[in-house]
Amino acid sequence: MSSSAITQADDSKPILGFWIYIMTDCVLFASLFATYAVLFRNTAGGPSGYQLFNLKNVLAETLILLTSSFTCGLAMLAAHRDDRKQTLFWFAVTFALGIAFLAIELTEFRHFVVTGNSWRRSGFLSAFFTLVGTHGLHITIGLMWMVILMWQVLKRGLSRSIIKRLTFLSMFWHFLDIIWIFIFTIVYLRGAIAP
Amino acid sequence: MIEFASLLGKLNWSALPQDPITAGGAATVVGGVLGVMALLTYFKRWKWLWKEWLTSLDAKKIGIMYIVVAAVMLIRAGTDALMMRTQQAVSVGANHGILDSNHFQQIFSAHGTIMIFFVGMGLMFGLINLIMPLQIGSRDVAFPFLNSISFWLFFVGVALVNLSLVVGSFSAAGWLAYPPLSELHYSPGVGVDYWIWSLEIAGIGSLLSGINFLTTIIKMRCKGMSLMKMPMFVWTVMGAMTLVIFAFPILTVTLTLLYLDRTFGMHFFTAGSGGNMMMYVNLIWAWGHPEVYILVLPAFGVFSEVVATFSRKRLFGYTSMVWATWAIVALSFSVWLHHFFTMGAGADVNSFFGIMTMIIAVPTGVKIFNWLFTMYRGRILFATPMRWFMGFVVLFTMGGIAGVLLGVPAIDFQLHNSLFLVAHFHTMIVSGVLFGYFAGVTYWFPKFAGFRLNERFGNYAFWCWFVGFILAFGPLYILGLMGATRRLDHYSASLGYQPLFIVAGIGAGIIAIGVTMQLLQIFVSIRGRHEARDTTGDPWNGRTLEWSTPSPVPFYNYAVTPEVDSRDPFWAVKQARAAGAAVEPPHYEAISLPKNSAIGLYIGIMSFMVGFGAIWHIVWLSAIGLFSIVFLILVRCNDDHTEHHISAKKLEQLDKKARAQGGYA
Repeated sequence: MSSSAITQADDSKPILGFWIYIMTDCVLFASLFATYAVLFRNTAGGPSGYQLFNLKNVLAETLILLTSSFTCGLAMLAAHRDDRKQTLFWFAVTFALGIAFLAIELTEFRHFVVTGNSWRRSGFLSAFFTLVGTHGLHITIGLMWMVILMWQVLKRGLSRSIIKRLTFLSMFWHFLDIIWIFIFTIVYLRGAIAP
Repeated sequence: MIEFASLLGKLNWSALPQDPITAGGAATVVGGVLGVMALLTYFKRWKWLWKEWLTSLDAKKIGIMYIVVAAVMLIRAGTDALMMRTQQAVSVGANHGILDSNHFQQIFSAHGTIMIFFVGMGLMFGLINLIMPLQIGSRDVAFPFLNSISFWLFFVGVALVNLSLVVGSFSAAGWLAYPPLSELHYSPGVGVDYWIWSLEIAGIGSLLSGINFLTTIIKMRCKGMSLMKMPMFVWTVMGAMTLVIFAFPILTVTLTLLYLDRTFGMHFFTAGSGGNMMMYVNLIWAWGHPEVYILVLPAFGVFSEVVATFSRKRLFGYTSMVWATWAIVALSFSVWLHHFFTMGAGADVNSFFGIMTMIIAVPTGVKIFNWLFTMYRGRILFATPMRWFMGFVVLFTMGGIAGVLLGVPAIDFQLHNSLFLVAHFHTMIVSGVLFGYFAGVTYWFPKFAGFRLNERFGNYAFWCWFVGFILAFGPLYILGLMGATRRLDHYSASLGYQPLFIVAGIGAGIIAIGVTMQLLQIFVSIRGRHEARDTTGDPWNGRTLEWSTPSPVPFYNYAVTPEVDSRDPFWAVKQARAAGAAVEPPHYEAISLPKNSAIGLYIGIMSFMVGFGAIWHIVWLSAIGLFSIVFLILVRCNDDHTEHHISAKKLEQLDKKARAQGGYA
């Protein structure tokens, strides 16, 4: 077996493994969505989503996250062209957009908490904070991962193994985008319909 | 509600044992750990332990470590069972037995938790690590480093459960910790938190193993091994790992939500404020029922290998066996509600789940018949693994019929939470899972130790288990029908339960003798290892690839990766050679194998800190643990020299030496 055959076989394993991991994360979110669906009417005398959600913020969050998926794609295209500068630039843009998304989300959370509607208020708010917060936590992990990989690109260049890692990160990032579309629809749009 | 202010969280001196029973448990744990450490020091084995075992990324060694830990946990949880049996045999009328209610509750919670997560799962992952890569003709699993992390996370789960004996207490809320009992209001101590974090961490380890093994089976089969040529054990592992991937994220979520309720005052499962406690029961069983099949499917795989080998015939109905396995995988997600027909979901829902429960018995029945037809007209050798199989068929069929009975909602309303149920699921899990893995360990033992286990003591162990089991659980079926509920720590003499409970206690004692026989079996076998040495690599006249390697298997598994063109490739080779086919000289090539790494162990230690901090609300400890885990992963990712290479020449030398000592020429 030639050495290139060995490395090729090696690459296909982690890629399959990462797809399977993403699927398990999908099941994790599915469980949280199910929980939310069971609890979202249980406001226990507290506010419902209809009273709480500010759709303008949510629209901004959605557009920012979708754009960040696009810039992440541009970064990957640049990486495959072996263009280190462009790769770093587009990942930097993706990172900034991710931060902006988190900032809006945390502002929304903070607003709910200071107006007395924290996760302790009702089953509905527990499920809301946990579902949306888990997505936010994933975004935070993705951002930390992005910083580490950008540092590695800067230090080591676009080697084969770095491109593999960037591919995993971009799969992760697009996956979070898809999850957000569900959150946008099931939590916020559904919540905007009068109960 | 949250005591994050203090540096040590909720931890203080009162967490140490305050009464004789807990102190006894604590002394056993501490004494056991200190004893092992003293032995290691006395025999100067620390370095050996570190280099050969703790830091090894060899799947075979990781597999053996899983099995050793599981065996120790079998003794621990078995002791719990003996205490419960004693309590129920004597705690009647004016006598209140040996345990108070609180201890009794902790003990049955720990017994169930440990038996499922750390004995069943441990034996399963151990055997998969040992056998699956060999059976697909591979040198390793897909992600050896991840494999080591999985093991250490499993070990942290074990450590936390046992630590609860020394520091604090364990959950008294049953092995699945139903709310609202497991909520902070009714279980204010750290017991439930120990339960949560032990399973959370071990569960993440299982999830990683699932990803690892599934990738291995899909990507690393040797040349010529199409899916329909895989050994049955590999098929069942593939099914079980598919279930792990779908089911374990649900467990992770469920445990996290319970912890959020308890620690951050959320209302997922609380009795008030919009919580829904039945959602917990649904979620935990959406994981829990597939979990039963996760445990039993690979055991079915073991039986398929054992029956074919010891009947000297190829497995009957291979294709139907594959389809039966995948039917079970698919159906196992459609029966979870039968664990709580009494929830009040209504006749339609109960009927659906009742019917699905009966349907899932069909593919299992297919398997039983296939095994029996494999034996039909075979030249059966009744070695110990085959005895475990015969015991399994008898008990599992009876337990299965009891299960179909319980699957009828109208009957379940009578028997819900009775000892009839306890008897049913013990019949399934002891005969299906434990007997299966005992058969597997006995069957494959010579492959890894280089010598066979003593047959005489194996036989004693089997009969003790079999007779003990019938005596211990037969009475529970009857008691259940008489109305005895599970988890009783005391009952009135007028109920007439006591004679049956005494019989059950005697049965448990006989099982304990069986476990002693198993320990003696290992001891006697090691002492007589020179007579029982396996010099051929093929002690049972096996059929699948693993038997073509020398015993014990060299660290590289196969010097030359095999090529197969039939379902029982080694059997075919032996037949061809007997017919005079020429032996081609092997063509050696250089190979790469993973180097040892201690990072998996370090990640384990750090996860222990995360868990311990979360249990006792010591925020800084969890934070340090988490950051260290990230740091350790980074260190590993930046290490480009994780493999060592063996030249073709060196490999040839090693192979010739191994084959001269114990291998098929």
